[in-house]
Amino acid sequence: MKTLVVLSGKGGAGKTSVTAALAAAAARDLSGGVVLADCDVDAADLHLVTAPEVRREEVFIQGELASIDPDLCTQCGECLEHCRFHAVTEDFSIREEHCEGCGVCEAVCPSGAVRMEPRRCGRWFVSDTRFGPMVHAALDIGAENSGKLVTTVRKQADRLAEESGADLVLVDGSPGIGCPVIASLTGASAVLLVTEPGVAALHDLRRVMDLADHFRIPALAVCNKAGQSPAREAETEAYAEERGLLVAGRLPNDAGFVRAQERGLSVVEYDPEGLGAELDEIWRNVTSQLQLRGVKQCG
Amino acid sequence: MDAPARGGVPADAEQAVDAARDAAAEPGAGKARPADAGDADRAAWDVAARSRVRTTDMRLALASGKGGVGKTCVAVNLARVLADRGLRPVLADCDVEEPNAHLFFGPAELNRARDHFVPVPEIDNEVCLGDACRACVNACRFKALLAMAGEIMPFPELCHGCGLCGIVCPVGAVGSSSRHIGHTAELESEGVRLVSGEMRIGEAMAPPLIREVKARALEAADEDGLLLYDCPPGGSCPAVTSLDGADFVLLVAEPTPFGVHDLGLAVDLLHHLELPGAVVCNRADMGDPERVRRFCRERGLPLLAELPATARAAEVCADGRLLAREIPDFSERFDDLASAVLHSMEGAA
Repeated sequence: MKTLVVLSGKGGAGKTSVTAALAAAAARDLSGGVVLADCDVDAADLHLVTAPEVRREEVFIQGELASIDPDLCTQCGECLEHCRFHAVTEDFSIREEHCEGCGVCEAVCPSGAVRMEPRRCGRWFVSDTRFGPMVHAALDIGAENSGKLVTTVRKQADRLAEESGADLVLVDGSPGIGCPVIASLTGASAVLLVTEPGVAALHDLRRVMDLADHFRIPALAVCNKAGQSPAREAETEAYAEERGLLVAGRLPNDAGFVRAQERGLSVVEYDPEGLGAELDEIWRNVTSQLQLRGVKQCG
Repeated sequence: MDAPARGGVPADAEQAVDAARDAAAEPGAGKARPADAGDADRAAWDVAARSRVRTTDMRLALASGKGGVGKTCVAVNLARVLADRGLRPVLADCDVEEPNAHLFFGPAELNRARDHFVPVPEIDNEVCLGDACRACVNACRFKALLAMAGEIMPFPELCHGCGLCGIVCPVGAVGSSSRHIGHTAELESEGVRLVSGEMRIGEAMAPPLIREVKARALEAADEDGLLLYDCPPGGSCPAVTSLDGADFVLLVAEPTPFGVHDLGLAVDLLHHLELPGAVVCNRADMGDPERVRRFCRERGLPLLAELPATARAAEVCADGRLLAREIPDFSERFDDLASAVLHSMEGAA
């Protein structure tokens, strides 16, 4: 079983559209099947294409949250002084979204007014989709611990894949290079970097490529929105060559992606002859790079 | 070593929030000025707005749930037109994982880099009671300390820098070391000051560096200047830290199914944080423009502007150039947007 993580550094480069298309190709071509994991728990969108039917829902509880009992609080100010996260207000209540659950306030409170309580951060789901099982999650609004929730999603997806003998776990990652991205990368066989021509996207590609290198995970790239700026595209290609980054394919800047999204379809389903064929090419490059077992011979 | 991040910005926006909620309840709230107002009207309005806007602590955040919808593009162009009006904006690029705003200010280069650190514990083994005590190991919520072969070992990468280990140690064996989290730098270009932060590769936690970026932006701002926060995507800690202390939030949206879904998450976050906001729809003709309009009506949010998707605009943005400088139509639209935003902020103050 292999794990492919789709990342981009920059948001909006097309991670989810590419993931959905690869999911359709994988469901069609892999004898053992594919398990999907939406690790963009902050702003999950893969479900808008895969239309999951939830068969298991779990509350995600992680870490702690401080609360101050106003009846016991003497307003001495110790907690306010010691909290390094500005989570205690001047009138001694807790700003939940700033509390790291470290317990400093509880330790320094002389009157026992602070209680640390288990903290609900979100929910996670195991679902059925037309491509195969999918693990996904919804972080509560403004909640912490997205990295830990990503780890939970990844572990559940790995377990499902092992149980069902799936050949591939396909992970839709989040933008950036911080904790949710690092959590989604852990233990991956390879990372597919979706980029687009442009100074911002190239800047972000360099950062996420450095991150993949840092964790020694082999990387492939897809250049989306090709044709948008030929000069910037050449720059991206030169960078890929310089870094020995295999470009698995190019996708034209095509309204078909949005139209497929409007219909809740992947482009492999929506436009199999056009964009779908381009995606198939990328899929073939990915499978050979990953040395995926269980790929059916296609006509 | 720099002091641990205590920067942040005090949340003093409660009154503003109440006022904005009242304002948002009125029909037509957030609408800048009559669409048919002439240039003279506009100039008069802008002068008046400048004198009325409480700019000393005016903080405008640009946010979105989804990445790639054009937050940075809107932020840099808005900063440009605000600077052209003499408002001396300071733009804080709070997306320290993938900072991009500086790319739009070429050839100006970021300079005066400052490194930033978070405090992590260092154990004095001469003093430490080791396995016999383990008070720090037991207290640490982040498993950043481990008892190994009789000694206590810190794992700096897991440390949140809360200081609890030092508080609970009965013998004062916990000293302070530091972990490098990244750096900040700034540039100035034709009246826009930009403060940018870049997180070290492999560092997982963005909020401490975001607080440094915001603190430095506040340092850079003139007393009657305007602060703009270009926020990272998503709705968890980096976005929350970036939005902290904002007076008003401009949500950048995109009329695709993904775009509107994630806009919904961003609006939920604003409600949660009790922040007033409005929407600008980018690439309005790319999906179904009605989708964003309908959303704004349903959620009671002013839609301040719609920006068209054109091949030329995409290329200018991809090249890291400013739409407000290069395409007259966009220059006008951003100018109108600036008026609308200032007006909305004034209403919220």
